[in-house]
Amino acid sequence: MGDFSLQELTSILAMQGFVGISLFSVLLLMALGLAIIFGQMGVINMAHGEFMAMGAYTTYLLSVMTQTYFPELMNYYFLVAIVASFIVAGAFGYLTEYVLIRHLYKRPLDTLLATWGLSLIMQQSFRSYFGAREVSPTLPDWLMGSWMPTDSIFIPINGMFVLGLTGFVTLGVFLLMYRSAWGLNVRATTQNRVMSGAVGINTKRVDRLTFALGCGIAGIAGAAFTTIASTGPTSGSLYIVDTFMVVVFGGAASLFGTIASAFTIAQAQSILEFFISSSMAKVLTLLTLIVILMIRPEGLFSSKVRK
Amino acid sequence: MNFVYERFLGGKNGAVAIAILAILILVIFPLFLDAFRLNLVGKYLTFAFAAVSLVLLWGYGGILSLGQGVFFGLGGYAMAMFLKLEASDPESTKIQTTPGIPDFMDWNQLYELPWFWIPFESFTFTLLAIILVPSIFAFIIGYSMFKRRVGGVYFAIITQVIAVILTVLIVGQQGYTGGINGITDLKTLNGWDIRTDSAKLTLYFINALLLLGVIMLSKFILTSKFGQLLLAMKDKEDRVRFSGYDVSNFKIFVFCVSAVIAAIGGAMFTLQVGFMSPSFVGIVPSIEMVIFAAVGGRMSLIGVVYGTLLVNFGKTGFSETFPELWLFLMGGLFIAVVMFFPNGLAGIWNKYAPKFKFIRRMNLTPDKAVLDAQIAPAVSIAEVTSDLVSTSDEKPEGAKS
Repeated sequence: MGDFSLQELTSILAMQGFVGISLFSVLLLMALGLAIIFGQMGVINMAHGEFMAMGAYTTYLLSVMTQTYFPELMNYYFLVAIVASFIVAGAFGYLTEYVLIRHLYKRPLDTLLATWGLSLIMQQSFRSYFGAREVSPTLPDWLMGSWMPTDSIFIPINGMFVLGLTGFVTLGVFLLMYRSAWGLNVRATTQNRVMSGAVGINTKRVDRLTFALGCGIAGIAGAAFTTIASTGPTSGSLYIVDTFMVVVFGGAASLFGTIASAFTIAQAQSILEFFISSSMAKVLTLLTLIVILMIRPEGLFSSKVRK
Repeated sequence: MNFVYERFLGGKNGAVAIAILAILILVIFPLFLDAFRLNLVGKYLTFAFAAVSLVLLWGYGGILSLGQGVFFGLGGYAMAMFLKLEASDPESTKIQTTPGIPDFMDWNQLYELPWFWIPFESFTFTLLAIILVPSIFAFIIGYSMFKRRVGGVYFAIITQVIAVILTVLIVGQQGYTGGINGITDLKTLNGWDIRTDSAKLTLYFINALLLLGVIMLSKFILTSKFGQLLLAMKDKEDRVRFSGYDVSNFKIFVFCVSAVIAAIGGAMFTLQVGFMSPSFVGIVPSIEMVIFAAVGGRMSLIGVVYGTLLVNFGKTGFSETFPELWLFLMGGLFIAVVMFFPNGLAGIWNKYAPKFKFIRRMNLTPDKAVLDAQIAPAVSIAEVTSDLVSTSDEKPEGAKS
């Protein structure tokens, strides 16, 4: 590293740190949905990545449609696309819960297999409809370019936008889960399903909406994903293992843990990537996580549960 | 003799099932399939090792490993390393900068054999490594997880991450592992050319006999007291623990055994197919192995062999003719098996076979283990379709299940 001056090194650190923050945003958005589905409901949704891809493809479709029919609205479509991604992925999640998941609540390992099957079907559907090539939507002008606080630091605007979106969604999830009556129902149902039913909570409805919410957030993650990378049929499955690690490492039922662990994993990976090859960075990060999980199986932050 | 009959074969019922399987893979396939197809079946049968290992681990132990590909790969790579070293003698690699080392090392500017490759020049060491490396690896993973009572879903996810780590590592360290292409161009085993048709036929039979042996050994394990405890542990782990057993030791043991079985499959895979690559190590092959077991019936040692054959024939057939349809079909199969046939082919057989007169006349009682195992009530198709039609949510809780 002797070839870099101190100023250059700081700039590199700052920019590489921001690359990590972009990764953090996507990981956290994906993990938020999964933390709700896996952490709260205990359902392993292997198709979570495909719900993300669904959001990304929705954004792409909207961008193509806007470009063809209302080219003058190109600056605004992206905001609509985020909402649309949420609705499309959420609605499909609602349907999935209704047809598939709810029959399997008592067999968590089997949900894993069934949702893996679902993910194969979804991947192939994307491939048949959108083609195997990666696509990316035309981004509005205000998302392009970068912000330069000093001469040598470039901070891409799309990354900052995604970060802002992530903050917004995280806050929303927090308010919904911990400050609303509905969130109370969700947490009650997770803790004691039978008792929740007895006190008048419609647990089935709660399950379905919770699952739909998690999938919807994955859809938002997909919309955000399109601003930093292009989307292919298997884009979602690339992130699924990382996302699961984020949730498990953070402590399954803790929102704060999920945030902290997404940040740690993303930063560790992107800073390591600068010094060693990206594959070794990934190996090292995952290996460290596993070792930590072996020492502390309940994750970073977890509510005390008697076992 | 009676001991062998009862414990290794599983009584009359098991003996007949094993005999039928043996006739199928030892007589019928070699007689009716050409060399290419037979080699393909041989490849499928190596996956059946992994499926059998999952019957022990997942079906009876209740521990789902999504990392069986890791052990399959460890066995396969150990064998491939030995064969590669034999194929890269100084004479045939004399055009390289450094003759006598595998070609991919030469391409990646390595000038001497890495230390962990050196022992693989010995065949005895390689055979030992195929058994020992996976079991030590499984012991380390199992010990650190099961002793801390990490299980179920978490274990599945962590084994999956281990599969990712190993794949990324193999792909990334091209000079030491052959990278994404894997270890290719394997020629001879102790001077015996494994690429000829006759060698492939011999290897097929060795593989088939080994598989039958592994099935019988597994049967022996499952009919022992240990097998009973394993089942008990799966259903009510706490009660077994309160009865004074150290549950984690059983789990570690069964995990190690299953790792070795999968590794033997991997080694036979390398021998028959002639190469080993990371595409048999990662998440996708690992989950496919689980599907072989699920389709065949996770509680049936024999059933999973048929499951493996069926899924693989389907995969090969469909990807030759309708590559697009295959993933739909595979996905649909996953969902259908999990929801409607949790006991797989074996479950279907046990349910419908007694309806045929000639089978009843043979006086075969259905496989008790499969029938007793209430994995979960299968969802009936009528139930799902009626749910789709009616929109009412007001079913009393617990009406299902």
